[in-house]
Amino acid sequence: MNISEKILAKASRKTTLHPGEIVDINVDVIMVHDLTGPLAVEAFKKIGVSKVWDNKKVVIILDHQIPAESVRMAELHKMLRKFAKEQAIRLYDVGEGGICHQVMPEKGYVTPGAVIVGADSHTCTYGAFGAFATGIGSTEAAAVFATGKLWLKVPGAIRFNVEGKFPKYVTPKDLVLYMIGKVGVDGAIYKSVEFRGETMSEMSIAGRMTVCNMAVEMGAKNGIVEPDETTSKFLESRVPKSKLQDYQWKSDPDAKYEKTIDIEVSDLEPQIACPSSVDNVKPISKVGDIEINQSFIGSCTNGRIEDLRIAAQIMKGKKVKSGVRALVIPASQEVYAQALKEGLVEIFTESGALMCGATCGPCLGGHIGLLASGEVCVSTSNRNFVGRMGSPEANVYLASPAVAAASTLTGRLTDPRKLEE
Amino acid sequence: MKAVIGKTIKFANNIDTDVILPGKWLSLTDPKELAKHAMEGIDTGFPVKAEKGIIVIGGKNFGCGSSREQAPLALKYAGVRCVLAESFARIFYRNSINIGLPVVECKGISTAVNDGDEISVDLEKGEIKNLSTKKMLKGTKMPPFIMEILSDGGLIENLRKRMGNK
Repeated sequence: MNISEKILAKASRKTTLHPGEIVDINVDVIMVHDLTGPLAVEAFKKIGVSKVWDNKKVVIILDHQIPAESVRMAELHKMLRKFAKEQAIRLYDVGEGGICHQVMPEKGYVTPGAVIVGADSHTCTYGAFGAFATGIGSTEAAAVFATGKLWLKVPGAIRFNVEGKFPKYVTPKDLVLYMIGKVGVDGAIYKSVEFRGETMSEMSIAGRMTVCNMAVEMGAKNGIVEPDETTSKFLESRVPKSKLQDYQWKSDPDAKYEKTIDIEVSDLEPQIACPSSVDNVKPISKVGDIEINQSFIGSCTNGRIEDLRIAAQIMKGKKVKSGVRALVIPASQEVYAQALKEGLVEIFTESGALMCGATCGPCLGGHIGLLASGEVCVSTSNRNFVGRMGSPEANVYLASPAVAAASTLTGRLTDPRKLEE
Repeated sequence: MKAVIGKTIKFANNIDTDVILPGKWLSLTDPKELAKHAMEGIDTGFPVKAEKGIIVIGGKNFGCGSSREQAPLALKYAGVRCVLAESFARIFYRNSINIGLPVVECKGISTAVNDGDEISVDLEKGEIKNLSTKKMLKGTKMPPFIMEILSDGGLIENLRKRMGNK
């Protein structure tokens, strides 16, 4: 069996599993946020049970529209706080956490071999830790609140074998954009996607999170990387020792895959997903001259300290190009604090960028920096759909933090390597 | 379950949930309010067209992107009786069933049906009849437990029944 099948087998109390089989699995942790939580709470109340199945396994994270940007949102936040209090569920409020997919591993809810579901499509991020993690909707989240169980069809698996060393300023974001461009937005629909190879083993947790985060952009049910020493190192200060014992989640040598795709990154260029589909991917040299109005560095895809570091390295001592609005939004309060310590906040602020508190912000067009018609944004987030970041007549180019930082300085889409020439 | 009958409105491949229900409306909680913005990212006239009850035909990967359940909710309350597509994004597919909106995967549907055709969908058999052209198509049959969720009117009603709270 491959790693995903092994985790699902354990969760469904079976010794073996086959793709296509429908199984009832036990969920280890469920997460909802401020845009999916309210519907889940409403649905839960209609089921007719008074308490959630296990209050320690339910997490609520306010992140999409924090601090509340409208009275309507303030009411929803209030309602979630009330529910959390009644049920004794941990809720991460404004200033305590940040973007759910960053907070979940930071606060120790993600462990290798666990089944984690979240009412958010980017829940697949936790595959970076060797967990089976997938997104569900609000009503289904309510059902998990009540029962702790979920039905799943065991997915067939696709394996990406990634080899080689990244050239300077080419990052895991470029890799995952390249992969999505190769297979298409429905290239892994219903499937489990496993990222393997030397490049993945040597990649930081932050990079693995970026790659797994965007598995859903190729339609995948989950993305996953085998846990290893890097995983242990990230988790050891965050999870109880008892949960660190079992790091032997690995795919068997004879595990079955529907497809294996080999990728070599040594010659990879920075990649751009052009409007308005995540698979409209081109190497930056083929994109042409694109003037930008806004840059956004942040989101669950690229708002980690490693992302801010590379952006700050490029922007240090330089000024944001006149006419460009530069937004830097760390993925969590922890990331913000670290950025402060390392002097990154100073670098961004002095360059003329606006540093905001941890939130999803403009990624989904909720608040903070929406786009007007005809405007262009280079964004480190995960979706460039029509209207995603504001006006349906705006254009979003998805890129790495390095490309976003370089473009911020020149006012046009820029290969960071060209700045140094 | 009875067959679902209605006129069709056709859409392209990869219709994402951001165009089905743009992010700025996600703080609305009344499904009737959500319905006013159904398909707003691609066709602002959709709610008027859907009012009397229609069937949506999608291409590949219908409902991709965000897990927002507000997307199928908006469609359902706008008057969509059923969605047929070449393939669905998995979260949208589950969400639809869970809120009691029938969805059927059907290879060839986007070429076999014209915009405005009247079609009939037998969910139990997975059979689709184009009443305008008399063409027949076979969709994917749903397993009995999914049919039961749909005939109960959604997952919550189904769960109430199973947990003995009805």
